Amino acid sequence: MTSNPTLSRAASHAADSATAPASDGAASDGAPRTGGAPRTGGLDIKGLTKVLGGRTIIDSLDMAVRPGELVSLLGPSGCGKTTTLRMIAGFLTPDSGSIMVGGREVVHLGPEQRPSAMVFQNYALWPHMTVAKNVAFPLRLRNRPRLSKAVIAERVDAALALVNLLHHKDSRPARISGGEQQRTALARALVQEPQLLLLDEPLSNLDAKLRVKVREDIREIQQRLGITTLIVTHDQEEAMSMSDRIAVMNQGRIEQFSTPAELYSAPATEFVATFVGSLNRVEGRIEEGRIVAGGGVLGIRPEDVAFVEDGDSGSSADAGLPATVERVVPRGHFAELTVRREDAVLRSFATGAPPAVGARGRAHIAKWLEFEDGKLVRKGSA
Amino acid sequence: MTAVSRKVLARALAAVFAVALAVFIIGPLAWLAVRAFADSWTYPNLLPDGWTLHWWEVVFRDRSLGIAVQNSLFFAPLTVLVSALVCLPAAYAFARFEFPGRRFFLIGLFAANAFPKMGLFVSLAALFYAFNLMNSILGILIVHVLGTVVFMTWIPAAAFAAVPRSLEEAARDAGASKLRVFFSVTLPMALPGILVAAIMSFLASFDEAQGTYLVGAPDYMTMPTQMYSLVLNYPTQVAAVFSILLAIPSVALLLAAHKHIVGGQLAEGFQIK
Repeated sequence: MTSNPTLSRAASHAADSATAPASDGAASDGAPRTGGAPRTGGLDIKGLTKVLGGRTIIDSLDMAVRPGELVSLLGPSGCGKTTTLRMIAGFLTPDSGSIMVGGREVVHLGPEQRPSAMVFQNYALWPHMTVAKNVAFPLRLRNRPRLSKAVIAERVDAALALVNLLHHKDSRPARISGGEQQRTALARALVQEPQLLLLDEPLSNLDAKLRVKVREDIREIQQRLGITTLIVTHDQEEAMSMSDRIAVMNQGRIEQFSTPAELYSAPATEFVATFVGSLNRVEGRIEEGRIVAGGGVLGIRPEDVAFVEDGDSGSSADAGLPATVERVVPRGHFAELTVRREDAVLRSFATGAPPAVGARGRAHIAKWLEFEDGKLVRKGSA
Repeated sequence: MTAVSRKVLARALAAVFAVALAVFIIGPLAWLAVRAFADSWTYPNLLPDGWTLHWWEVVFRDRSLGIAVQNSLFFAPLTVLVSALVCLPAAYAFARFEFPGRRFFLIGLFAANAFPKMGLFVSLAALFYAFNLMNSILGILIVHVLGTVVFMTWIPAAAFAAVPRSLEEAARDAGASKLRVFFSVTLPMALPGILVAAIMSFLASFDEAQGTYLVGAPDYMTMPTQMYSLVLNYPTQVAAVFSILLAIPSVALLLAAHKHIVGGQLAEGFQIK
């Protein structure tokens, strides 16, 4: 059913942690789940508006997240993504608009009554409680029905097992690492069995190596539980690698809401094109493989600029215009070249052994995007 | 001069300084302790002429001194309690809400400490006569609480303000009501600061003499006010005995606090570790 090793691992995990929150009979039918089988409702936002100090922070925002989907709100700081998240969680009251979680209007409810659970950017663990007490707190507040101590202990253990943290049960948050604190915060959110999981910049306080691991962990758990999730981030790589869909925000509006692949290959606006991935932005248009003045703005991805050094043979050896290498920045498994052609200076990605600075050859533009008034009008290729 | 001899010199200077500091702090206390057991002690003798427990007997036999001890142990805890009830909500408001005149009131709390105490108490006495509070428990309590308002507001306000808002928000997100958030998250986290304020208030109340004397004497004598009549009516040895007695609760409290300071939670309040 699936060839993805991560997902089949997720399914087998789900089978052996039968007491995990929200884990029920769905995994016991024998067939490996492909993950993301929705257990929760979706999120439906309509006409959400927030004005702070005379400035419109969020401007009539509409967004629909499907049940079981993981969506990232991606944008630069100050674009309103955190404000949006805080309105969904209930910490900010919108001036107008509607927020539906699982088909239920929640806009008039306080944060304690909403069916969403949030993982805070700084994790917001209570330092005077142990890891287990932190996770147990939301359960101890339940009134209808009131949970017995045994049930609470069982669910706390299950949640901690889910994030692989049982051994730190009795530690204070200050005594465990940043990554472990983050997993505690995640367990505290998941133990509530929320309809909607909200994560505010979940990886920003972790170092680069841990970040990759944690984002895989979060994705895996999200898939396993099939929980509708909204992540706020300013890191495009983070958003691209985790999300089913990404909503790119700018100045209180959603510029584009689509899959990571589509966002990259067909950015709806110039802003999205520059914010997601790297881009050569050149004013003009392309005629016969040459950039000429006039028209709108060209967006050329560096990987679509091919540089072939003189003397090298290859299929595109005589395509493109004469070019000189001005700068070489090694990036590990590839190098970023800056090449000067007679019509423009372009960045290009080179795999294999990079040419030396000053090397001469030809640079060819294979694909490009054409924008007018900031909007994508045409995708071109040579 | 070699580096080694310079190091030795530095150490010697540090040692001399430490001894001088110790003498400065411990000297008067040692003198007091010796004095309490001294028969007579005349210049230029380095030690008293004879030793006696007579002065302790005098103190313990005097009924009014026993009553003073009782009064002190009655007023100090009550003061801490009343002060906490009055000031902690104010401290929370100062820490968490922005309201008109917030800074004015916050600075205004220092007013009671900005003037010479005696001047303040004299005008207070005029008010107390008008409201029939002279020679009353309530009157003394008001004077004592007045002296603790600054500690009990500023220190807990700082402690409340230091509780990150996201920790409170996380509790609300988890399903806690505002009241529950306060008692489960905000208060426990601010507790070290509040305990520091409580200890300082207890000691301030225990030590309060001027206002208590003015409002309470002669019906309600506490240990510090009793000191005045002792110094005037008895030999200095009795005063020495009494100041040792007066110091016992403070020292005991500090020792108890010390245990917790090393334990960690209070250290967070004192910002030492």
